[in-house]
Amino acid sequence: MSDEYEHKLEAKSDYVGDASSVSTPDIDSVPKAELPDQELYHSHSWWTTYVFSQDAKYIGIQYALTAIGTGLLGLVLSWLMRIQLAFPGLGWLEPTAYYQFVTMHGMIMVVYLLTALFLGGFGNLLIPLMCGARDMAFPYVNMLSYWAFVVAVLVLLASFFVPGGPTGAGWTLYPPQAITAGTPGYNGGIILMLISLILFVAGFTMGGLNYIITVLQLRARGMTLMRLPLTIWGIFTATVLAMFAFPALLVGCLMMTLDSLLGTSFFMPAMVSLGEKLTYEGGSPILFQHLFWFFGHPEVYIVALPAFGIVSDLLSVHSRKTIFGYRMMVWAIVGIGALSFFVWAHHMYVSGMNPWFGFFFATTTLIIAVPTAIKVYNWILTLWRGNIQLSLPMLFSLGFIVTFLNGGLTGLFLGNVTVDVPLSDTYFVVAHFHMVMGIAPILVIFGAIYHWYPLITGRMMNETLGKIHFWITFIGSYAIYFPMHYQGFVGVPRRYFEIYDSPYIDTSTLLLNKFITIAVLIVGAAQLLFLYNLFASARLGKKSEKNPWKANSLEWQTPQMPPEHGNWGKELPKVYRWPYDFSVPGAKEDYIPQNQPPSEIIGAKVEKT
Amino acid sequence: MIVALSIFLITIGSIAFHFWSPWWWTEVASNWGNMDDTIILTFWITGAVFVAICFFVSYCVWKFSYKKERRAEYKPEDKKLESRLTWATAIGVAALLAPGLVVWNQYVTVPKDAYKVEVFAYQWGWKYRLPGEDNVLGKTDIKYISDENPFGLIIEDPNGKDDLLVDAQELHVLKDRPVKFELRTIDVLHNFYVPQFRGKMDMVPGIVTYYWLTPTRVGDFEVLCAEYCGTGHYAMRGRVIVDEEKDYKKWEAKQITFEKMLAKNRKNDNLQLVKKDK
Repeated sequence: MSDEYEHKLEAKSDYVGDASSVSTPDIDSVPKAELPDQELYHSHSWWTTYVFSQDAKYIGIQYALTAIGTGLLGLVLSWLMRIQLAFPGLGWLEPTAYYQFVTMHGMIMVVYLLTALFLGGFGNLLIPLMCGARDMAFPYVNMLSYWAFVVAVLVLLASFFVPGGPTGAGWTLYPPQAITAGTPGYNGGIILMLISLILFVAGFTMGGLNYIITVLQLRARGMTLMRLPLTIWGIFTATVLAMFAFPALLVGCLMMTLDSLLGTSFFMPAMVSLGEKLTYEGGSPILFQHLFWFFGHPEVYIVALPAFGIVSDLLSVHSRKTIFGYRMMVWAIVGIGALSFFVWAHHMYVSGMNPWFGFFFATTTLIIAVPTAIKVYNWILTLWRGNIQLSLPMLFSLGFIVTFLNGGLTGLFLGNVTVDVPLSDTYFVVAHFHMVMGIAPILVIFGAIYHWYPLITGRMMNETLGKIHFWITFIGSYAIYFPMHYQGFVGVPRRYFEIYDSPYIDTSTLLLNKFITIAVLIVGAAQLLFLYNLFASARLGKKSEKNPWKANSLEWQTPQMPPEHGNWGKELPKVYRWPYDFSVPGAKEDYIPQNQPPSEIIGAKVEKT
Repeated sequence: MIVALSIFLITIGSIAFHFWSPWWWTEVASNWGNMDDTIILTFWITGAVFVAICFFVSYCVWKFSYKKERRAEYKPEDKKLESRLTWATAIGVAALLAPGLVVWNQYVTVPKDAYKVEVFAYQWGWKYRLPGEDNVLGKTDIKYISDENPFGLIIEDPNGKDDLLVDAQELHVLKDRPVKFELRTIDVLHNFYVPQFRGKMDMVPGIVTYYWLTPTRVGDFEVLCAEYCGTGHYAMRGRVIVDEEKDYKKWEAKQITFEKMLAKNRKNDNLQLVKKDK
């Protein structure tokens, strides 16, 4: 210990400062390593290399592919629902099937696609590489985390094959209807859903502990917290949120399982179900809603924060410019994360909870708009006087800004308690959350995949296919969700199997439904292009040079690309700066990698980081 | 160029859609027109932000597109600009929130003279109960619900005797009289929603929730369930008819009190018993 302190005193002047004034190798010194180098598990067989892998990079890819596969099912379900909504005359679906598809679509997209892909996929791939570690802190637990996720997905899929089919309770699973007759899958599918969520939470906790501890403990020498890429800040904060939020979901699921199987009454009051008096008594359905949204709202940010982080990095790299207001960006991420635990009941303004809560939750909800707005300003100020390359990741980032802006602003409608009253439970809500936590993060995911694909495969994805994919996805999804808000104004309620010719809805609204459905089919089909590009480019793609985007962060500075097992060869990297030194005046190149020592860039006027 | 132009056109297109598309809210039929006003206010403020930011992005993409020989500006921070933007946002947000809270206060404060009507929801349909001559709704308990006593009124409560029971999907309310809907469900969550009234509140088994409004125009409106309640959710429709005094009285006169309904049901039961005895 004493050794360390001594060293810190010494090192004070060594932190990269005014590089031009000093020119001794002294300026290149970084703090000593606090922990010995990690000992890694080395696989010996095909099984332990490719299936039960303990290498975070493989686990990340496994997570991502499983999540994308599950997400494709969610996509197909959305097609089936939209066809029913646009062409009710076809007799395409039964109401039970419609509600089952709505439920599975929602749960798959939010939990099994987005959460798993951002944290399990990008988290595993990027945390060790960007922090300059050899692997996660606990590789074995990391492997278990992935396989728990696989089992959770299998249990979820199994619910399609039980009598009564999957649950049709809506993704919010509100009791009492989730476990009473009158809802599809009320005694079979729902139990599998709850078990699957419990498994997911268990698996995620194993992964999450890994992400947190790796970021806190295994950073390379010189990698201070305020030199971390915003991607890592986003993933890290989201994981902390998940650690606090998922337990609420877990207990909610456990309690509902008990209500259903053992006849306890946590959430179940005395009731008459379809003419039959049930034996429950005294439980509170609103209690479940509190538990669910105490998880559910932070969940929005569990998806959004990694997207915020990643898009910040993409914008900075591809506009060759320092991210604007880094410190503010970090505090905004942390602030949003903290505030996200005080806004949950804005999902419950008209739930029947004490209406006086509305004042508190409307205020907290609108406060959270401020750090969120700061992030948007800083993204666009990063573009200002940049040198903007319209590469695929940049295109998707721009698409994200427009989509997220739109979805974020409609959040100000729904968060403001009075405005929410006429709009809640209408298509305005559906449009809002698809824009803000569906399309916006997915655009970031696409941008991120195009950006980091060479890091994984050593090849570039096809640019032309990527551009077609971008334009159809971006414009198409805007065409789906922008008009949908206006259906909400008309008053079209969500979760309706069929609207009928209601007297207050004129026929043009039904026509709009057809337009939206056609757009959904096209946008969905465009994702096949992406999948083709994703798999074909691994073989056919143009070979990538090392660090193809000329980025500064550590993942591109590994001795081999794609990085090998252990990432860094013999010696761990040393970090001298933050990852945003782009276009520094006086520097030869327009980028300075994080591990480039100050003695090699004499003359560059870098600001101290 | 194409990218900048696209973002510009999307912005213009969104504005055009907003003003010229045929899809807008129904004509309001209650006193909650001020909810519409808060929406309009929100539209102006958020709309301005949307347009400003999209135009800014579009301009940047056009103006600062990549040139090999150019270097981007190196400016990691600008404290002054950041704090100005933060304050401007905070003020904008406060301007949205304040009127919202004022209207919410009205929404949750029921006028003392509001006429109470019970809305009774079940999978999947509606019934209604009016307080009768004494203007007080009798107490209920779910355990008393039976064929004989479909609303589950407590028979010992004298206030319930004159309650008018409307065992139909259709409710009439009087124009310009404030009405407090006391919302009750006997099974799962529901929500009593009439688009033209704007108001909304979930119905939760075990408790009675409420909201109030004053109908402001005569008409025939559809009731929809706005909280998912199982397979029949989409078909859970009812009607509310706003009447002038004369028509309302006519309708009210046709409704049957709890006392009478009970007597009738008991008579039927006795008849059935007699039949069985034979």
